[in-house]
Amino acid sequence: MSDLYQLSITVNDTEYQRAIEPRILLSDFLRHDLDLTGTHVGCEHGVCGACTVLFDGHPIRSCLMFAVQADGHHIQTVEGLGSPDNLHVIQKAFWDAHGVQCGFCTPGILMTLVPFLENNPDPDEAAIRQAISGNLCRCTGYQNIAEAVKLAAESMRT
Amino acid sequence: MKKSIGERIKRTEDPRLLTGQALFVDDVNIPNMLHAAFLRSDYAHAYLRSVDVSEARARPGVVAVFTAEDMGDDWQPGPPLVSPPPTVEDITFYSRRQVPLAKDKVRHVGEPIAVVIAESRYIAEDAVEDILVDLDPLEVVSDIETALDPNAPLVHDDLDSNLAAHMIQSKGDYQAAKATAEVVISRKIEIDRGAAAAMENRGIVADWDSKSQHLTVWDTTQAPIPIRNGLAARLGLSESQVRVIAPFIGGAFGPKMMMFYPEEMRIPWISIQLGRAIKWIEDRRENFYATTQERRQVHEAEMLLTREGKILGVSHTFLHDSGAYDPYGLTIPLNTESHAMGAYAVPNYFSDLTVVFTNKILTTPIRGAGRPQGIFVVERLLDLAAKELEMDPVEIRKLNFIPPDAFPYEQQIIDQAFSPLIFDSGDYQPVMEKAAGMIGYDQFVKEEQPRLRAEDKHVGIGIVPFVETTGVGPYEGARITIEASGKINVATGVGTQGQGHFTAFAQVVAEQLGVDVKDVNLVTGDTAQFHWGTGTFASRGAVVAANAIHASALIVREKVLKLASKLLEAPEEELELEDGYVRVADIPHLSISLGDLAAEANPLRGAVEPGTEPGLEATAYFGPKYGAIAFGVHAMIIEVDPETMMVEIKRYVVVEDCGTVINPLILEGQIHGGVAMGIGNAYYEQLIYDENAQLLNASLADYLIPTANEVPRIEIGHFETRSPLNPLGTKGVGEAGTIPVPALFAQAIENAFPDHDLEILEMPLSPNRLFELLQEKESEK
Ligand code: FES
Ligand code: FES
Repeated sequence: MSDLYQLSITVNDTEYQRAIEPRILLSDFLRHDLDLTGTHVGCEHGVCGACTVLFDGHPIRSCLMFAVQADGHHIQTVEGLGSPDNLHVIQKAFWDAHGVQCGFCTPGILMTLVPFLENNPDPDEAAIRQAISGNLCRCTGYQNIAEAVKLAAESMRT
Repeated sequence: MKKSIGERIKRTEDPRLLTGQALFVDDVNIPNMLHAAFLRSDYAHAYLRSVDVSEARARPGVVAVFTAEDMGDDWQPGPPLVSPPPTVEDITFYSRRQVPLAKDKVRHVGEPIAVVIAESRYIAEDAVEDILVDLDPLEVVSDIETALDPNAPLVHDDLDSNLAAHMIQSKGDYQAAKATAEVVISRKIEIDRGAAAAMENRGIVADWDSKSQHLTVWDTTQAPIPIRNGLAARLGLSESQVRVIAPFIGGAFGPKMMMFYPEEMRIPWISIQLGRAIKWIEDRRENFYATTQERRQVHEAEMLLTREGKILGVSHTFLHDSGAYDPYGLTIPLNTESHAMGAYAVPNYFSDLTVVFTNKILTTPIRGAGRPQGIFVVERLLDLAAKELEMDPVEIRKLNFIPPDAFPYEQQIIDQAFSPLIFDSGDYQPVMEKAAGMIGYDQFVKEEQPRLRAEDKHVGIGIVPFVETTGVGPYEGARITIEASGKINVATGVGTQGQGHFTAFAQVVAEQLGVDVKDVNLVTGDTAQFHWGTGTFASRGAVVAANAIHASALIVREKVLKLASKLLEAPEEELELEDGYVRVADIPHLSISLGDLAAEANPLRGAVEPGTEPGLEATAYFGPKYGAIAFGVHAMIIEVDPETMMVEIKRYVVVEDCGTVINPLILEGQIHGGVAMGIGNAYYEQLIYDENAQLLNASLADYLIPTANEVPRIEIGHFETRSPLNPLGTKGVGEAGTIPVPALFAQAIENAFPDHDLEILEMPLSPNRLFELLQEKESEK
């Protein structure tokens, strides 16, 4: 077994110190070491986008990265966005527009959209679809996700 | 009474899903849990000479390694999933079921050979690499069309050939009709394999507690109750010792209904052997090799018509790919037959079905489940007939629809449950007209298309109707309890995989008990809560389970009224249920809350009257006589880029008739998702196998499922013909979105190339394949 590596990482504003194997994927570390299971894993090869989290504010695929590469960085996961009783605007919009079916792809899509909406306060349909085109969803056909994004953009503007 | 059924109510389960708080199988974390990884065959067909696991066992962190040999007498093939076909005349069926771990022979790439149990998944996967396997490769049965060649290798050595089943169905006298037919259209039609590709792969966690002698299993299954029953039987436990939980499931679409996957039986068995909790989570690669697939069929199909375009008969002799085993019996090809006459009155029908074994992962239903193939066959033949007769595609269809006064319409063949296929109700023509109207069919064909064609644009239009057999038996059940808090607890056996059952079922309860949907707490898919039922498949949740819930709600309502009438001293007829209270109409202050009523019904002192039961609770079941037949029409306008052959969908219209709609919001979502999968089936998703039955595109980077850029905005129209077969009048809709899409693509693409006389007789298509077909036509010119 390989040697352990001292990792210091900030996730959803909480700092964690852990000794881990260098080969542990960031996705596995978040899910199984920190028990933040909201980040999902659908392919482990960087295609489906289910594992998307924010790395110093940028969306990345946590299945394509080792946890040790996040040493000293800030990660945000869906758990840091809102809670069932206090949903983030985007989460609320997904609820209102029925942008969720099985919900497996949803955390990754939400994390993709957070910075997108910050940079694009009034996106049109084509821009929205382009923004989520790296996230696969097998249930919704994307239409209500697009609706949800419009709804979220609107409430964020007002 | 306040309406709840038919309302666009937001889903109650969403806040948990949106915040990462919903429990999926891979989120289950048990202290001291071990992890499993499987060694799988790299060959499609080979004798297994030996497996040496000694090095794997010696690796630090490895707790155990199991091969078929280590299982002793517990090594048994899986149970048949559906009852094998009754041995009636004209049916041949050889049952060969999947094995827990390969013993003498492997029959498809991905078949499990050994399983490693270790302290972590990482270590387990390392140890899989340590195993030495001696596989002696055999000739491979790589396709259905060569499977029955006299010198083809045998998938199952004990059979004389690769024939898995043969069956003939007929109606009327096809040969006699052929003698009089003025138009005969015959073509070979092919459909290839695809994957369900749910975003969540399969997974299972099993936890045997030796102190309490109890097994708890979390499984990504569509059918927790049959899994519980099967596990108990196979493991020699009583059913009360096994609890199976299907928590939130990240999409299923059919393959999570396969019982039992080798892993599904193995992991609980190992948990008992080791007395530890074990987790196995499938990775995406395994999902391509070891999760069931569907759709491969080859048809020699024919349609007979009169000069006026009236269908006289349909026949098809077809091959169906079973893969290496056939635990699912004839469900898929029988569904194909049930749809091969489409929505039309076809007086003569003949079908000759041959199912063959191949060296590929087995096939089981995937959203659509044989129906898209049947619809593709009949709609293609009809399109070709329309061309030959120079008739409008809409007109020829209207001419042939089963007329509204002909229901219930007996198709005179048997369906997938071996019951007579009967279409319960429908009114097809207005649905077709509505779809044509919404897409602006006439205007597009007469004005817009000629104008765009003049600009050299390859624009096409398609319009395709379809039927869907839904809501089959045998039954589902539900228990409803009013708690002293006033909350309503509902337990049912079906699992849920994103269909919004929590909300739709709550609406059915709310409608009868006059409560807010928020106050209805629904438990699905936990055998500790409810343990009678079959599962979520064949678009049956909204039909079978919802009607069972409706039936229990009616009984609870009766109990509520009876008790309230006594307490409020008012006749039952004068009572109303609203906002969680029972009120005497016109005297609003005379009321009692459901919670108080529930407490009264469960007294701590005094006596419960003889012949009555404590509490406000009821359990009821519903089993439909036969399935309810939904109907719909899809229409679309496309533009094909003649350089890249990419198809851009300009407009997409769906008009559906699935009887009573419980929640239009959820229904529309189901259609959106179904269409998206249909688009994949039609133009992007094909599992490509080589001559060694090796899958060449086993990753999401190579197997393309549609993204937000390929799926268009979908315009939906509703139509409502109640099903007379159940009190709610519902029909299923789960698969409706997917079924007609390949047929629709074929029609629209042909329409986009009027000068090429293109004939699309295969699915899935792809930009490359369309290019080839057009080239062939060019060179013929
Ligand atoms: S799990 Fe990371 S992209 Fe699919
Ligand atoms: S909601 Fe199921 S994959 Fe997107």
